Amino acid sequence: MTSAVDTPAEEAARPAPPSGLLAVARAPGWVRYALLAAGLIVALWLPRGIYPAVAVDILCWALFAVSVDLLLGFTGLMSFGHAAFWGTSAYVTGLVAIHAGLPFPAAVLAGALAAALLALPIGYLAVKRTGIYFAMVTLAFAQMVYYVANEWRSVTQGENGLQGVPRSFFGVDLTDDYYFYYAILPIVLLGLLAAWRIVHSPFGRVLVGIRDNPARARALGYPVHRYKLTAFVLSGFLAGLGGGLFAVGHRFVSLDVLHWTTSGKAVIVVVLGGIGTLWGGVLGAALVVRLEDWLSFSGFEAIGLVTGGIFVLVVLLFRRGIWGSVAALALRWRRPRRRG
Amino acid sequence: MSGFLQNTFNGLVGGAFYALLALGLAVIFGMLRVVNFAHGAFYMLGAFGAYVLLAEAGVPFWAALVIMPLALGLLGMVLERAVIHRLTRLDPLYNFLLTFGLTLILQDLVKSRYGVQSSPYATPAELSGTVDFGLFDFPTYRVFILGFTVLLCVAVWWVLGRTRVGMVVRAATERPELTRAFGIDVGRWVTPVFGFGIALAGLAGVLAAPMRAVNPLMGADLIIVVFAVVVIGGLGSIFGSVAAGFGIGLIQAWGEAYLSEFPIVSQTVVFVVMAAVLLWRPAGLFGREEAPA
Repeated sequence: MTSAVDTPAEEAARPAPPSGLLAVARAPGWVRYALLAAGLIVALWLPRGIYPAVAVDILCWALFAVSVDLLLGFTGLMSFGHAAFWGTSAYVTGLVAIHAGLPFPAAVLAGALAAALLALPIGYLAVKRTGIYFAMVTLAFAQMVYYVANEWRSVTQGENGLQGVPRSFFGVDLTDDYYFYYAILPIVLLGLLAAWRIVHSPFGRVLVGIRDNPARARALGYPVHRYKLTAFVLSGFLAGLGGGLFAVGHRFVSLDVLHWTTSGKAVIVVVLGGIGTLWGGVLGAALVVRLEDWLSFSGFEAIGLVTGGIFVLVVLLFRRGIWGSVAALALRWRRPRRRG
Repeated sequence: MSGFLQNTFNGLVGGAFYALLALGLAVIFGMLRVVNFAHGAFYMLGAFGAYVLLAEAGVPFWAALVIMPLALGLLGMVLERAVIHRLTRLDPLYNFLLTFGLTLILQDLVKSRYGVQSSPYATPAELSGTVDFGLFDFPTYRVFILGFTVLLCVAVWWVLGRTRVGMVVRAATERPELTRAFGIDVGRWVTPVFGFGIALAGLAGVLAAPMRAVNPLMGADLIIVVFAVVVIGGLGSIFGSVAAGFGIGLIQAWGEAYLSEFPIVSQTVVFVVMAAVLLWRPAGLFGREEAPA
């Protein structure tokens, strides 16, 4: 039993553990280093290849996706309310940057801490349920945060949004998105590194153990709820890091950052990239952000039609995601099936 | 006193919509283990369909009240056969994602054709005016909604509890394998039950058309509140979902009336109740505990 309230049917329907991470972990050392080097080169080249503003969005969404994957892929919890942490951090970062005039990394840190703080009570309540209920509970709490932000106009400016979030950084001029990209790249890489460290730590191993067999983890004496809550708060912090950078990047915070469509988009970005692969989320973020930018640039208005279509197609036909599919192919290539 | 009764009545009317939507969600979940995110979108389609039928074809409310649930129920059955069916053996989260995608598609289809502004829908002439209850008057239309919903819930309850079809559905909900082992073709009932749940959402939409603003986004925010309602009631319990629907409607109406200086209260009270229920009875007020914690 996952928890007190899971039915046997829910247990039986749990997906097989994703194979992507295993495949990469089993790949020879040079493959892993080559992939890492290629990733870094792409990250350094990105704002030269595409609009710097889009590149900044990709970085922020990459952090957001990885934070969602930390729960979905490595703890077995689908949060459908991560916009609460992304958006709360965006607002707090914006307010701190506007009113305190701190350099932007400090403001983003304040935002991410606020997001982690919010993740504590929400996570405490949400981890009491699993599976589809966990998704509904997180979605509902995120909607509550949305309503509060919408009503609390004296602070959030309601539907007008927070305008003029400064990019102050010790007098360095970062108004150009091109330079701003390189200014936030170290922060984003640190966040991704933290996620990687969490997943590969003993703590992360326990999380995967809980995902695969909660009953056994509990029998071995692990406090399952506390582990899940810790993962939830860490994930909230990472999502907050992304959201704060997003606020500074756009110099504007609107209620959209807290909307349920934002939560859903984060989940589909992860599924598209590959659940439980961490880097898959980065790929998914790059693809979705680029696609949406291209759509809005070409004057196509019904973006939901395309996003929704991607959702449906990915879930129906491409559940392994990009990274998961590539990893599965690589595994098959390395170990060709014997005949006879 | 009359003020209190008036607020209570309004709460029950608001709760009727939650109850209808939660009822559909619960039946579908029971039979398919699918939480249908698109439920709110079908509610919206019900209201929009009624509006379009009246505005462009002159079809009156009463006809729409029959046509829209049937049409949407049929659409739901097609959808179940075409896509949802393929994912029911997997983790329920996949169908949640799928129906989320469908929601975005349906919303944007309606939005790109009719825009985001709200469209007015006139209350049918037979139901305009008020009913005098002695202490206070009520809009006839609201009395109709409440009576109609209560009748419908009782009817569903009777079908599930007293008929052979209901017996099969209940058995399949609780022990699918065992029911199959008795030689009952459970799969036969999956598609009709899904269609029925969708039809209920469409019906709620038609009922809402004269009372609430008809626009493409009307279902989206509502469905999230209904999710909180079914977490409170316990999704596995049909009675619990309906009871929680009416209960939350009442609490919201009272909050709106007596704490009107804090509009945030009536919007968020449902989530606060959900938090309390998660603390006190994580399985929901009427949900079954499967094993000791």
